[in-house]
Amino acid sequence: MIEFPMVSFENVTKRYGALTVLDNLNLTIARGEKVAIIGPSGSGKTTVLRMLMTLETIDGGVIRVEGEPLTHMERNGQLVPADQAHTRKVRAKIGMVFQSFNLFPHMTALQNCMEAPVKVLGLSRDEAEARSTELLEMVGMSNRRDYYPSQLSGGQQQRVAIARALAMRPKVMLFDEVTSALDPELVGEVLQVIRKLGAEHDLTMLMVTHQMGFAKEFADRVCFFHSGQICEEGEPTAFFQNPQNERSRQFLRAVLEAG
Amino acid sequence: MGIRGLAGVLFLTVAVIWYLSGLEGYKIFVPGLAQGAAMTLQITAAAAVLAVIAAITAALSKLYGPAPLRWLAITYIEVFRGTSALVQLFWLYFVLPVFGITMEAYEAAVLGIGLNIGAYGAEVVRGAIISVPRGQWEATIALNMTRAQALRRIILPQAFAAMIPPWGNLFIELLKTTALVSMITLGDLAFRAQQMNQTTMKTVQIFTLVLLIYLAMSLAITIGMRVLEHRAARGILRARAA
Amino acid sequence: MWDWAFALEILPTLAKAAVVTVQVTVLGFLIALVVGLMLAACRVMLPGTRFPISLLVELIRSTPLLIQIFFLYFVGPSFGLTLDALTAGILAVGLHYAAYCSEVYRAGFESVPRGQWEASVALNLGRWTTLRDIIIPQAIPPVVPALGNYLVALFKETPLLSAIAVMELMQSAKIIGSQTFRYNEPITLVGLFFLVMSLASAWAIRRVETGINRRYKR
Repeated sequence: MIEFPMVSFENVTKRYGALTVLDNLNLTIARGEKVAIIGPSGSGKTTVLRMLMTLETIDGGVIRVEGEPLTHMERNGQLVPADQAHTRKVRAKIGMVFQSFNLFPHMTALQNCMEAPVKVLGLSRDEAEARSTELLEMVGMSNRRDYYPSQLSGGQQQRVAIARALAMRPKVMLFDEVTSALDPELVGEVLQVIRKLGAEHDLTMLMVTHQMGFAKEFADRVCFFHSGQICEEGEPTAFFQNPQNERSRQFLRAVLEAG
Repeated sequence: MGIRGLAGVLFLTVAVIWYLSGLEGYKIFVPGLAQGAAMTLQITAAAAVLAVIAAITAALSKLYGPAPLRWLAITYIEVFRGTSALVQLFWLYFVLPVFGITMEAYEAAVLGIGLNIGAYGAEVVRGAIISVPRGQWEATIALNMTRAQALRRIILPQAFAAMIPPWGNLFIELLKTTALVSMITLGDLAFRAQQMNQTTMKTVQIFTLVLLIYLAMSLAITIGMRVLEHRAARGILRARAA
Repeated sequence: MWDWAFALEILPTLAKAAVVTVQVTVLGFLIALVVGLMLAACRVMLPGTRFPISLLVELIRSTPLLIQIFFLYFVGPSFGLTLDALTAGILAVGLHYAAYCSEVYRAGFESVPRGQWEASVALNLGRWTTLRDIIIPQAIPPVVPALGNYLVALFKETPLLSAIAVMELMQSAKIIGSQTFRYNEPITLVGLFFLVMSLASAWAIRRVETGINRRYKR
């Protein structure tokens, strides 16, 4: 049997009108790999995650998850645009945590975690509750399970959002600048949860982040995006200590100066 | 929908009316409905003028009037917003004569509808005046203007732009409300429709035409107000840029 | 000029008619709430219906309710839809306000942040499930006061049903007037009834509004 990569982008292009956000992107991510995506704003890095989550359409190329096309499906040996059922089947392998949490404000932490397992996976309420409780425990939020999002701090909300995404048992987790909306003192608790996740699970993780220290320590690979292309990628220690590309050097210098 | 889209729909509506009025089954209704439409327009225009005057007067009284005037304004606004337009019309037409005040159906219609919409308009005017930033008032005080000067020269011109869209809706409401005058025997569009319906029983033809005519009138009002809105917005922008 | 004895005498008749007025209001508003929500939901979920629905809504909002009542009552039979006056009246009032309510709901839907839809996609919730479980529960509470205002507006337009001889308050007052040649007591009483009910509902809506605001600032 051929071992497919977990995720692969093949010549993926994304445009907004005349603006090309991603230009013929090729990126392959292995099972269990932790990839950090960095780069200046407007470089298209968030778009990569959003396309993989099917929040954005793509204008060219193919995205595959475990070898299966995401936005297309095979019919009579040809790739045709995916229908709803196919998209939902492939999408089930992917979970996402957002910069602005996007918890459901009218549901408690526990209800947020239970909603999709019950409604999408068809779990019984007891099973869903057991699973959710366990995950809230993991992110250190079990004592706040009956709180509404507005009663939680940003860091706590983000931890619930992580538990909510995990409750769907995804194979790939996407983290989109998950600490950017947080007050500085709350960043640590969220990163701590992600670290734990990396250690305990054989999850494939893709994160867009501005936390260079965390990327260096946590990721297996760093991809530096600039104007819709991967300018440089590599093993984090090498990348941060000795960037090859002029743009990466500039970017790292700017980030370091900002402290 | 943008102004162009609205104009397109208006054009289409008028074209359909034009086409239908040429057809055999519809032809006979055209003169009567035209008379009715003229009456509807006349009442709409007169009541609109009255409504604007009543609204501004009531709003200014409620905001800046001495206590008795303020209470009068509040009572007027609450009573006319709190009861049905039809009840108000009947009251003016049938009950006032008991107190020795008699008026023609037309006068009662204009007065009733004008005052009814004016009461809603008063809250629109008041809201728009309140929405002018406090700093503008403070600037007029710093320039030692009187309150009347400040209102006329500084506050109302700014409030005007904010008033146009809600007044557009109110004028549509007004047009629609005029259909009620048919119930105090005034020969407007709705009245003619009922009359001809009773004599000919050609219900579909009559009411289709009538609906289309009202639609065309509403669209014309909407387009007019949008144009006004555009002008006012440009005026303010130009003033800001200068 | 004002005869208290006569006013008392006609009160029971008017009270009976008031029941019909309330009945029309409640049933009509139920139709408005349900149909309005369906229209708004279709607009969000089925892009193909957006234009026809907005055209229909504009048509309904641009023409007088009175004409629409006549239309349903008189034109209906030509299309095999024969309704008694009360049913036709309730239906007309309900559909008229459904058009207004659909715009209110639409504003409510639009006020829900995009992120809520995106989070639902990320959790692989179906679109209709998202609408029902995630969007509607957030969209409705903020628009309850606006819906309440339309309830009051609908209530105040129920006298139009007297045009097709539905025995509601106005019709009852008119009949009393034509039988006794005394209009001031019945019509004034009807006016007072509307005034009291409207002021009471305005007060109730304000209470609900503050209640909702408080709950949402939790």
